[in-house]
Amino acid sequence: MVDVAEKIQVKNLTVTYAGIPALRSANFSVYENEILGIIGPANSGKTTCLRTLNRLNDLDPRYRFEGEVLIDGKDIYRRWNVFELRKKVGMVFALPTPLPISIFENLAYGPRRDGVHSRKRLQEIVEQSLKSAFLWDEVKDRLHESAMKLSGGQQQRLCIARTLALEPEVILFDEPCSGLDPISTAKIEDAMRELKRRYTLILVTNNTKQAARVSDRVAFFLMGELVEIDQTQKIFTVPKDGRTEGYISGRYG
Amino acid sequence: MSMRRYYEFVIEALIFASGIASIIFVLLIFIFLLKEGLMLFEHVGVFEFLFGKYWYPISEPPRLGILPLILGSLWVTFGATVISVPLGIACAIFIGEIAPGWLKEVLKAGVELLAAIPSIVLGFIGLVTLVPMVKKVFGLPTGLTAISGSIMLAFMAMPTIVSIMEDALNAVPRGYREGSIAMGATQWQTIRRIVLPSASSGIIAAVMLGIGRVVGETMAVMMITGNAAVIPMSFFAPVRTMTATIAAEMGETVQGSEHYFALFAIGIVLFAITFVINLLADFALHGKQIRT
Repeated sequence: MVDVAEKIQVKNLTVTYAGIPALRSANFSVYENEILGIIGPANSGKTTCLRTLNRLNDLDPRYRFEGEVLIDGKDIYRRWNVFELRKKVGMVFALPTPLPISIFENLAYGPRRDGVHSRKRLQEIVEQSLKSAFLWDEVKDRLHESAMKLSGGQQQRLCIARTLALEPEVILFDEPCSGLDPISTAKIEDAMRELKRRYTLILVTNNTKQAARVSDRVAFFLMGELVEIDQTQKIFTVPKDGRTEGYISGRYG
Repeated sequence: MSMRRYYEFVIEALIFASGIASIIFVLLIFIFLLKEGLMLFEHVGVFEFLFGKYWYPISEPPRLGILPLILGSLWVTFGATVISVPLGIACAIFIGEIAPGWLKEVLKAGVELLAAIPSIVLGFIGLVTLVPMVKKVFGLPTGLTAISGSIMLAFMAMPTIVSIMEDALNAVPRGYREGSIAMGATQWQTIRRIVLPSASSGIIAAVMLGIGRVVGETMAVMMITGNAAVIPMSFFAPVRTMTATIAAEMGETVQGSEHYFALFAIGIVLFAITFVINLLADFALHGKQIRT
């Protein structure tokens, strides 16, 4: 258990928006090929933390951060090219966000921007990514229809496939099932368990049970503070902090 | 109780009357325009009117061909479109997508201010600044030309194009942009591949309404295009637009004369042109709703 590689290291990360703190000196690591669940009530800094990792927070002019985030041992602000970083660290959003173009084009979008133009190569990427996201069988006959016609669960799997098309190493999930029914949720969770073999996953979720179902380790955030991070089983049976216990047993949140 | 119902009835009737009034006014204006304008064709053929090369309304007999006026309007409008559309689109992209918060507010206020300048003011500023400049730069005998009118009108179309297009850009969901950025696309790739195509119908509507504004504009063009009712052979020749003709001559005609009817007929042509442009803009906006 000790000799697992640390894919992501977060050191003393403090984030503020317009001076208001959203995350206070968080320290944690994410190991390769694990699913790290992040739980906590609203405004606890979960999403902030996630959006820092692929520098999506850069889009918000009010955002300031201190501390250090290393991915593969390299500082994300000093040693990573931001566009390379975002390809390596994919993201799936809370609401499915297919682009208003065809299914095929949604998947080819990232690779194309990356300079892949061979039709044959793109077709391979599209098929491979859709298969990995368990969507291929449902859409293989209508790749050129608008992605907006898919159901919510299919759209979310499309977004996962779209991320996979860029051959990432880390995938961030920001409450990916918050708008989905239980069956679609189960399909996404199956996909995540499968993806863990090849990728490192971080799952932010409001659904404590989901974190218990799929993650290897769980981090609990409360009001911008990382309260506790440990093996899922330990968090849910013998949490060290009283606040963690209070949250998972439903006393607040 | 019945008092209350009576009160309710009166209010509803008032609102209904106000609502219907605008349609009635439009209809009345349209009927009057048609009635007066169509009278012309008892004297002059439609073809002769639309494609006649000479506009000599007070010669004896009058020659009432509006081809020079139509072409004058087209030249000026075309020029203004060529200048204002790329500028307006680029400006809207900058305001909507690129400018940081404070600059965005400043620019938006600037564009609104530009829209607030009365056209007559733009006209006389153009007359004393732009016209001599055009004359000098292009070495022309006079600066009162189609190109001067086009440049001035471009200023008038800009605010319309920018503000409507900016609304269209704002209507593009944030998720599209974030989704694209999160896939490693640059900001320009995101704007070009995702934001602009998503907002395309709104952009077309913005351009159409900007053109509509230009076609209907009168005072500024009357002041700076030279007002020569001859078929314009280049952008550097004086032209006269349809609107300027009506404005300049309506006060001097004898009511019920052929000239008078001809001016109304020009009004019908203008009405038809702006109607078609607005219709196209409407289709563009409406098409969007059907697709999503």
